[in-house]
Amino acid sequence: MANNILVVAEARGGDVRKVALEVVTAARLLADGLGGEVHAIVFGGAGIASVAAKLGAVGADVVQVVEHEGFATYNAEAVAATVTSQITSGGYRAALFGASAMGQDLAPRIGAKLRVGVAADVVAVAVDGTDIVVRHPMNTNKIIATMVLSATPALVSVRPGAVSVGGSPKAGTVQAVAPAMDPAAGRVKVTGVVMGGGAKLDLAEAPVIVSGGRGLKAAEHFSLVEDLAAAFGNAAVGATRAVTDDGWRPHSDQIGQTGRQVSPDLYVAVGISGAIQHIAGMRNSKTIVAINKDKDAPIFKVADYGIVGDAFEIVPALTAAVKAARAQQ
Amino acid sequence: MKIAVCIKRVADMGARFQIGADGASVSDAGIKYDISDFDEWAVEAALQLNEKHGGGEVTVISLGPTSAQETIRKALAMGADKGVHLSADTIPFDGFAIAEALAAELQSGAYDLILFGRIAVDSAAGVTGAMVAELLGLPCVTAVSKLDVTGASGVAERQVEGGVETLAFPLPAVCTIDQGLVTQARYPSLKGIMAAKKKPLESKPAQLGAISVSVRKMELPPERSAGRIVGEGAAAVPELIRLLQTEAKVL
Ligand SMILES: Cc1cc2nc3c(=O)[nH]c(=O)nc-3n(C[C@H](O)[C@H](O)[C@H](O)COP(=O)(O)OP(=O)(O)OC[C@H]3O[C@@H](n4cnc5c(N)ncnc54)[C@H](O)[C@@H]3O)c2cc1C
Ligand SMILES: Nc1ncnc2c1ncn2[C@@H]1O[C@H](COP(=O)(O)O)[C@@H](O)[C@H]1O
Repeated sequence: MANNILVVAEARGGDVRKVALEVVTAARLLADGLGGEVHAIVFGGAGIASVAAKLGAVGADVVQVVEHEGFATYNAEAVAATVTSQITSGGYRAALFGASAMGQDLAPRIGAKLRVGVAADVVAVAVDGTDIVVRHPMNTNKIIATMVLSATPALVSVRPGAVSVGGSPKAGTVQAVAPAMDPAAGRVKVTGVVMGGGAKLDLAEAPVIVSGGRGLKAAEHFSLVEDLAAAFGNAAVGATRAVTDDGWRPHSDQIGQTGRQVSPDLYVAVGISGAIQHIAGMRNSKTIVAINKDKDAPIFKVADYGIVGDAFEIVPALTAAVKAARAQQ
Repeated sequence: MKIAVCIKRVADMGARFQIGADGASVSDAGIKYDISDFDEWAVEAALQLNEKHGGGEVTVISLGPTSAQETIRKALAMGADKGVHLSADTIPFDGFAIAEALAAELQSGAYDLILFGRIAVDSAAGVTGAMVAELLGLPCVTAVSKLDVTGASGVAERQVEGGVETLAFPLPAVCTIDQGLVTQARYPSLKGIMAAKKKPLESKPAQLGAISVSVRKMELPPERSAGRIVGEGAAAVPELIRLLQTEAKVL
């Protein structure tokens, strides 16, 4: 028991999010190192137990299912109370979360209840002797800290996209768990949720990100970037602060020091100068492509491949070429 | 409204950082410091709320070495009324240790609203605000990008992946401030800077909580190897496609 890991598996709209599978994979690695089991806890409305097989397939021995209509959307207070109660009664060595909007909200609440710190937004987890050790990018990704968690339970949130899904399959045995608090009793009430286009991939989960900057000149020209993202088929759309401040794109699309920090396989920067505050959010991408009409733009210093020229000419040609390349596969 | 804002003094992120001699810290040499971006927006949000509703008082609290007082003075120059410096030789990396000290200071203040940044740009943790809320037993909304308060309750919006949530909550409450809430924090005016010198700033030892997360090592990330310009204009597209397929293997 003392070496078991609990994962809070994030679900939305009746299904687990990719980050949940990533965190179970990370937990599997820790559990194998410590000689323990991985237990995932999932909250949702009617039918949420059906996700157990997916969590088992990537390494969950047990899936604790908390099914309640009040959990159809994230309910911070009741989820925090229930997870805290499970951690305490289960004697877990560690609890892992996704460093998503939900996990970043949840983990510190539980940390304070249990009176321990949280290692937030980590990109790697490991067992070193009996310690749990994590890596966390700080100072806008300019420094990587290796941190040691000395308390039990160790609370860790794992950056979306940092771990490739694929823990060894386990049984995923379902256990029903009752909420430790009535979801309706929370003081903070969610009165509305507006989701963007259903098919839109989230920045944290997309293997490819196509981002646009002020070089696109006007909000309506973002269709160039959207078309290129659509041609890749697995791409999300990002933006610079110049663009989100002007209201061309929502603030949630902003990448950088004060926006989202991303590390996709491919990052395409269109009409982006490459200010340090922007680079802070995307420098860890595996491959970076830049399209900019100014050959001296700083973005070319971090780009693996650059094309100098007018985005209005190059991007449509690139979109067509990506489509053609994918059609051949 | 009586509003408290917790502000952190952080290194200017434009710097080229070096690792300290102990291998587990950031070298201080040549580094400039300022208020963390999100905390500056939280101060601005507090000032705007009181301007909108009339009256009120804004207290800023910063935990750290004596130099944290400079950051407090900046917030006072922006228009905050009072400062509290919780003195500690260094700022720990464990947000819980900080949260305990802040909560101990905040609990007797009878604040209607307590604001934090969503994350401190140096630690990039984003844990302290929600921890303080929990320690004080207060309702909490994190990553707030829109906020309004009427009477004894508030309404906030927070960005989640691919969408926006609206939440209603009773006061007193804790909010952590994301970008989007204010476009630009005000610059301290000369008059503000002069006035700040006379505003109350109390300093007392920080009652830090237990530390369970600590830094063993710090490293600079590997430099990106210099890239190349594939070509100019649409004519370069076929070569880029070839490189993405054969070299980067992402297509
Ligand atoms: C405290 C602070 C925090 C910040 N946080 C962030 C952050 O999180 N994220 C962020 O992005 N920014 C952030 N910024 C802002 C940042 O400093 C830059 O201002 C911003 O990133 C610039 O956006 P941009 O590249 O879209 O615009 P610009 O810098 O104006 O660049 C536009 C580029 O488009 C090119 N261009 C123009 N026309 C064409 C064309 N037809 N074809 C091809 N290229 C063209 C130009 O050559 C230029 O390089 C922050 C700033 C501060 C002070
Ligand atoms: N030393 C500090 N003094 C005052 N407030 C702090 C301090 N450290 C963190 N905070 C507050 O907590 C927020 C989140 O910090 P963190 O959890 O470190 O990302 C910051 O934006 C501040 O509002």
